[in-house]
Amino acid sequence: MKAIKEKYSLAMRWCHWVNFPILTIMIWSGMLIYWASDTYSITLFGHTYLKFFPNWFYSALNIPQRLSEGMAFHFLFMWFFAINGVVYVLYTLVSGEWRELAPKRNSFKEAWQVLLHDLHIRKIAPPQKKYNAAQRIAYTAIIIMGFGSLITGLAIYKPVQFNNLTWLCGGYHAARIEHFVLTIGYVLFFIIHVVQVIIAGWQNFQSVITGFEVVDNSPKRIIKPAVSDEK
Amino acid sequence: MKSKKLKKPLTIEQKINRRTFISFGTFTVLSGAAYAGWSWLKNSPKETPTVTAGAKAPLRRALNKTELAFRRVFNNNNLVKTYPKERAAKVVRYNSRIGLHDKPDVPNWRLQVNKPSGEVMSITLDEIRSLPKTELVFDFKCVEGWDQISYWGGVKFSDFISHFKLDDQAKLDYVGMATPDKKYYVGIDMPSAMHPQTLLAYEMNGKPLIPKHGQPLRLIIPVKYGIKNLKCIGSMVFSNRRPPDYWAEQGYDYYSGL
Repeated sequence: MKAIKEKYSLAMRWCHWVNFPILTIMIWSGMLIYWASDTYSITLFGHTYLKFFPNWFYSALNIPQRLSEGMAFHFLFMWFFAINGVVYVLYTLVSGEWRELAPKRNSFKEAWQVLLHDLHIRKIAPPQKKYNAAQRIAYTAIIIMGFGSLITGLAIYKPVQFNNLTWLCGGYHAARIEHFVLTIGYVLFFIIHVVQVIIAGWQNFQSVITGFEVVDNSPKRIIKPAVSDEK
Repeated sequence: MKSKKLKKPLTIEQKINRRTFISFGTFTVLSGAAYAGWSWLKNSPKETPTVTAGAKAPLRRALNKTELAFRRVFNNNNLVKTYPKERAAKVVRYNSRIGLHDKPDVPNWRLQVNKPSGEVMSITLDEIRSLPKTELVFDFKCVEGWDQISYWGGVKFSDFISHFKLDDQAKLDYVGMATPDKKYYVGIDMPSAMHPQTLLAYEMNGKPLIPKHGQPLRLIIPVKYGIKNLKCIGSMVFSNRRPPDYWAEQGYDYYSGL
């Protein structure tokens, strides 16, 4: 028999889907700003492996010569990004949902097993509740990264008024690099996240919109009588 | 009239369908609204040019509102980090020559201070150099994103104000400065101008300024991006209204505070 299994709270779904377009706009407007002084690359022993960003990339996304526009967008949507993030964290703390999200002591060991399982190297995944160990680490890390972006962002936005934050980031120059690296982190997170969501399938995806999953609990009845939680 | 059928409890199948429909319906409507909002913003017209220009009208309103929020955290006790002289760049980055096309006529140079009363003061470089000198080695920050430690010497703007008895003028909200040819001009809110690290600088790396860095006198204001650090000051005005600002007319934030 089919049953509704509650999975994601409305607050979590709201914050997740509000964050998606806001973060997209922040990354896009951030690139408009970064273009004006695009000094970063991955260079090892004098060989540049990757320049941020190649010209074809800039022209494909129509990035050049839009610094002032990028700043105007960035400094508007930063408010929404910050508010949404603070609301989410407060909700997660107050509701107690953080317990399902924060990594546990054995999460780092288990996450490795999850990884091996996902890569089809290991047959069984460790037992999990709502989130497996790898998810706990990833979803907690992305929240910390979000606050990292706020702190490094403020450190470069108002380096005199918030000179303590700038100091904390290792100075203005370092803060700008950190702000950039965090953004690259989001993009990598996004790619893995989307691949995982596709692999996990429709039932999982729709639950982040509807909040529930449909489970078939009939086989359990054979072992023990079902306890109906329906009213 | 009574409904004939008694309401039966929903079957589990109906519940699933119902909640799925409501959720996806809401999701679609909100996504549509978000997209419509974004299209409105993307296609919004440019602001009507005033003292600021070049930005989309709603974004300019946002910049001005954000300025108000961050003015509240501005404090004269918040100082820019300073460095030992040895850390200062020997070759100081030079980004723009707007307003510097004419070679400055140093012997005949005067700083023209326009008072609201209409009185014009004409101040020589020697008068400015005779005031107590303040040195500053700080990380200069360009709106483009680069930064460079540089070493400046000059008179504190606040010392300049009190020495030339401009205290009444400094009670106004803004000070504006322009190059002698009037091709580059900046407007600075008075709290930022009166910040203890704001200098009217005449030296760089211990030597008199060279033409491309603003000979003979330039503004060094660490609480602002480089775009506000006017090179080669020719004139100064005080006002309660925002004085014209070159880059604010090109879509940049008027405040541009750090």
